[in-house]
Amino acid sequence: MSITVDRVSKRFERFQALKEVSLEVPSGSLTALLGPSGSGKSTLLRVIAGLETPDEGEVSIGGERVTHLPPQKRGVGFVFQHYAPFKHMTVWENVAFGLKVRRLPKPEIHRRVRELLELVQLEGWAKHYPSQLSGGQRQRMALARTLAVEPSVLLLDEPFGALDAQVRSDLRRWLRRLHDEIGVTTVLVTHDQEEAMEVADRIAVMHQGRIEQTGMPSEVYDHPESEFVMAFLGRVNRLGGALIRPHDVSILSRPTPGTREAMIERVVHLGFEVRVEMLLGDGSPLCAQLSRDEAAFLDLRQGRIVYVDVGAGRTFEPSQLHRAAS
Amino acid sequence: MALSSRLAAAESRSRPRGGERGAAAAVLARGVVTSYLGLVVLIPLAALLWRSAASGYDRFVSTVTSPEVLASIQLTILLSLGTTALNALAGTLIAWVLVRDSFPGKRLVDSVIDLPFAIPTVVAGLTLLALYGPRSPIGVDVAYTKAGVGLALLFVTLPFVVRSVQPVLLEMDREVEEAAASLGASGAETFRRIVLPSLLPAILSGASLGFARSLGEFGAVVLISGNVPFRTEVVAVTIFGRVESGDVGGAAVISVVLLLLSGLVLLMTDGLRRWRLVCDG
Ligand SMILES: Nc1ncnc2c1ncn2[C@@H]1O[C@H](COP(=O)(O)OP(=O)(O)O)[C@@H](O)[C@H]1O
Repeated sequence: MSITVDRVSKRFERFQALKEVSLEVPSGSLTALLGPSGSGKSTLLRVIAGLETPDEGEVSIGGERVTHLPPQKRGVGFVFQHYAPFKHMTVWENVAFGLKVRRLPKPEIHRRVRELLELVQLEGWAKHYPSQLSGGQRQRMALARTLAVEPSVLLLDEPFGALDAQVRSDLRRWLRRLHDEIGVTTVLVTHDQEEAMEVADRIAVMHQGRIEQTGMPSEVYDHPESEFVMAFLGRVNRLGGALIRPHDVSILSRPTPGTREAMIERVVHLGFEVRVEMLLGDGSPLCAQLSRDEAAFLDLRQGRIVYVDVGAGRTFEPSQLHRAAS
Repeated sequence: MALSSRLAAAESRSRPRGGERGAAAAVLARGVVTSYLGLVVLIPLAALLWRSAASGYDRFVSTVTSPEVLASIQLTILLSLGTTALNALAGTLIAWVLVRDSFPGKRLVDSVIDLPFAIPTVVAGLTLLALYGPRSPIGVDVAYTKAGVGLALLFVTLPFVVRSVQPVLLEMDREVEEAAASLGASGAETFRRIVLPSLLPAILSGASLGFARSLGEFGAVVLISGNVPFRTEVVAVTIFGRVESGDVGGAAVISVVLLLLSGLVLLMTDGLRRWRLVCDG
């Protein structure tokens, strides 16, 4: 089901966590709320779930206004960064919780719990306690527990934030497959742009309590609407007022009109790609990224003088937000 | 309870260190601890057992089964059970309010909870007598009744449950309750299925310590109870009375019964502590 957030504001004591945020989450999509820590992502997610009440604005789920409904009545599933397991219950009891609360008949509960444990690959762990599981397993248990009640939307708050890199990337891919399989509308909070690019089909970039831009991953990456979005979604070089991504910098052996002279400081091999760190004539650093073959063809070495074209660089009108801040 | 679990944690943390000096120190430490415990706890206990055994089996049985002693044991156990149950309830509530609510004067209330531990129990007894005695300023006179004894026990055992539940509540993850809510559980259901099971070990262990304390309470009770045999006389007072009247052997016999009861409760508390460690593990 679709989610609509309409001009929602939320203030904590003296801190304005959300400033007139509006967001459309299409039905069946996997949308990432991406932004640095403190930008208001979790607060927005908790407002959608009903765990926080907004000071202003409305939240609708599936076209129905839910702003004043308690979390129990919203039909949302919420997964926490630290799993929030029911420690005194076994994995089985954890997953069955929402079904027991709904007073489903016992055989039905058994069938559903078995299916879900299979779905999250925890069949053999039903009788264990959460304390006996690894972080990744706990998070899968939490997911099964949430999916058990067949939520109309699934809200994930930094679900992989507490896991180590390998487990994290495995779970990410697994989540994407799961989403393709069950198709429930999902909102995922993350501060990791790679994670957002990898799993989400839509990204909303948050900054200082506002949404700066919403779009498909390629859209936000290729057509950032603000300096913040461009800088947050990948590495950038800053040249005066212009921003340019390392892979948009062209390196030439000879000067042509519009190129600038640069000296190579370091060449770093990153497998398929090569990162070239340079100094421009005015002493400012510049970084370029190109394929191994290109680098070999140009014979890039430390100390060489090359000519760079930074014409693909972009300048942004300072937004109202940034003008206010400076 | 809190202390004993902290001790257990410290035990598992401190590994014996290597080296001969370390070993010698360990032996010395063990010796000191053993002698200290022996001197302070074991020898007096042994003397007590010896004293009661000296009176012989028949005497033991006749003392314990004498109507007056039976009545006082019965009264003590019943009152202790009642007040413990009441304080388990009230203590949990107070801990809840202290942790989850904010109101002016909360810190003051929080420190007042420890008052029963801090003031001499006789002083507490005297205060209760002044407040709820024949000259009660609020018109409630429960002096020399079972209610009065119960009141005194309630007072001295109040902090146990509060102080044992409070840290558990403080550490409790709010997200767990939010998870339950988003899964459709009402507030009451969340409390019954999630919060209470997490608090139960702490409530029970606080309550059992309070119960053990009630069984042997003397100071707070002696003034307000009036010590009417068969009606308001508790075991500790019975023992005192026997000593006063020169029947030290009889006093020892009753003491042993009290000792066994307390020992039983402590064993239960220890069992609870283990259970709790398993739950938290
Ligand atoms: N319950 C709360 N009380 C006070 N401040 C809060 C509360 N929740 C969040 N905040 C503040 O709101 C801001 C945004 O928080 P959050 O939404 O968690 O950001 P993010 O998820 O992007 O890291 C933070 O500065 C945080 O300190």
